[in-house]
Amino acid sequence: MIDNQLAKKINTGIPEIQPRELTVSLQDAAVQTESHKIWGNADISVEQGEFIAVVGPNGSGKSTLFRVLLGMQPLSKGDVRVLGKPPHRGNQAIGYVPQRRSFDPDVPIRGRDLVMMGLEGLNWGFAVPGPAQHRHQQLVEETLTAVEATVYADRPIGRLSGGEQQRLVLAQALVSKPRLLLLDEPLANLDLRNQIAIPQLVARLARANAATVLLVTHDINPLLPVVDRVIYIAKGKMVIGKPEEVITTKTLSRLYDAPVQVVKDINGRLFVVGLEQETAHPHEHDEH
Amino acid sequence: MGAHYLTTGFGWNLIRDIQAQFQYAFMQHAYTAGAIVAIVAGVVGYFVVLRSLSFAGHALSHIGFAGATGAVALGVNPIYGLLVFTVGGAVGMGALGKRIYGRDVVIGIVLAWMLGLGVLFLSLYSGYATEAYALLFGEILGISQTDVMVTLVAGVVTLAAIAIMFRPLLFASVDSDVAEARGVRVRLLSILFMVVLAISVSEAVQVVGVLLIFALLVTPPAIAERLTARPGTAIGLSVLLALLFTWVGLFVSFYLPYPVSFFITTLAFVTYLAVRLWIYLQQRFTKLSPA
Repeated sequence: MIDNQLAKKINTGIPEIQPRELTVSLQDAAVQTESHKIWGNADISVEQGEFIAVVGPNGSGKSTLFRVLLGMQPLSKGDVRVLGKPPHRGNQAIGYVPQRRSFDPDVPIRGRDLVMMGLEGLNWGFAVPGPAQHRHQQLVEETLTAVEATVYADRPIGRLSGGEQQRLVLAQALVSKPRLLLLDEPLANLDLRNQIAIPQLVARLARANAATVLLVTHDINPLLPVVDRVIYIAKGKMVIGKPEEVITTKTLSRLYDAPVQVVKDINGRLFVVGLEQETAHPHEHDEH
Repeated sequence: MGAHYLTTGFGWNLIRDIQAQFQYAFMQHAYTAGAIVAIVAGVVGYFVVLRSLSFAGHALSHIGFAGATGAVALGVNPIYGLLVFTVGGAVGMGALGKRIYGRDVVIGIVLAWMLGLGVLFLSLYSGYATEAYALLFGEILGISQTDVMVTLVAGVVTLAAIAIMFRPLLFASVDSDVAEARGVRVRLLSILFMVVLAISVSEAVQVVGVLLIFALLVTPPAIAERLTARPGTAIGLSVLLALLFTWVGLFVSFYLPYPVSFFITTLAFVTYLAVRLWIYLQQRFTKLSPA
């Protein structure tokens, strides 16, 4: 009598590997609008705890990917799972920071209130003093400390700088201890110092909370120190792999179906050359 | 001594003055209805300013004007015409959701026509000018006991609705993309809030009339929002200011032969200017002095 484990080993010839839980999985997925296909044949698996950069030209469908994961956009084909289940609206296990212009300078809300909304914004009524409220305030305080925003948390959010606002919206996404963080272009309009500091901060906090991160960006370089893998979306196609596998002349040329070159400078920064004539699709769209 | 005091008018003993005013039923009604309207306007107005709906609120008051004059022409209590038209307009605007931004041209065109309709209805009622005046500029001194009860009920309903919606509404107002992604029913809240606004506008029309809605609905919260970024404090301040403007305006108008709404709006305006000036001076002097 051979036991099942042994049988499997004999059959496959490799030792049984415990599958890590997949945070995100797309199988032969496609999204189609009335006019055209945004992307298709997407086979992506993201494991728990990974830091994934989502890169690609304007209009390639990066934000669409997020909308699918948030349950706001259905697939036209294929299967998608988030944390093992089909995506649904209002998934409390996902922390989301959308693409954002900065807040109106006169918005009369403190950063602290904004972060609290991440915990309580869905509850009806208004906050009543008590032990639950106290616990929430403590959580907010801890999260503010973690993003290093305590100093300006009580000022009107519209008057803060881009980097400061970004830390606060990050805190809002993090305060409910999500398992998946979706950050859509958090580094746009930030100074260089913050472009490097924010990814480090995100990586550190995600590790501390055992969260998986998907971060959309235009420039992979500030993320190279912290990123595990890259999802590259272009011309309706999506690939995933380590930066050194994906952001190469060979892979990108295949993706763009055009002569594209990846150049590396002495500091290890990657530059994609030859994209000037490229657009993501024949029709230009606003979304990424 | 009492009767003599009543007829001589204002004295510096404010308690006596108020007591004198309260001798009159119409003044009691005016203070009560005014208070209810001010509280509601202060709370609802906070969200109007936050959601950049001042123009929509203005439009609602004009739409209400057509409804009110239509009701008068039909021989019905104008408040019902007010409510029907404003709520209808509110649902329409609420359904537009975020698309309402930048639609001020369309809204402007609609509200201009509404005023025209209102003028038509007035003329159909053989031009009852006092009614028109009251609707356009408010006639707080003509409020009956029934009107006070209706205002109270509408006020309680509005405040209860805001209390229930408070946190999701605040979330959706400040951060609608994230709120939507988190599962807040942003569209539904938008419509519900517009309906609440419609009811508040209908109420406020009694005190300051269609044309001067802003004095209670926008100026007090606008002042509050310049002074504090804490939502709770801002709402409290907004209510306090609205109450102050209404009651002081009422108090003063007892002694001077000028419309109440003039005093209310002037108080609001002057306070707003004063606060803006104070903030500006504060910023100038903190820049000059060493940090």
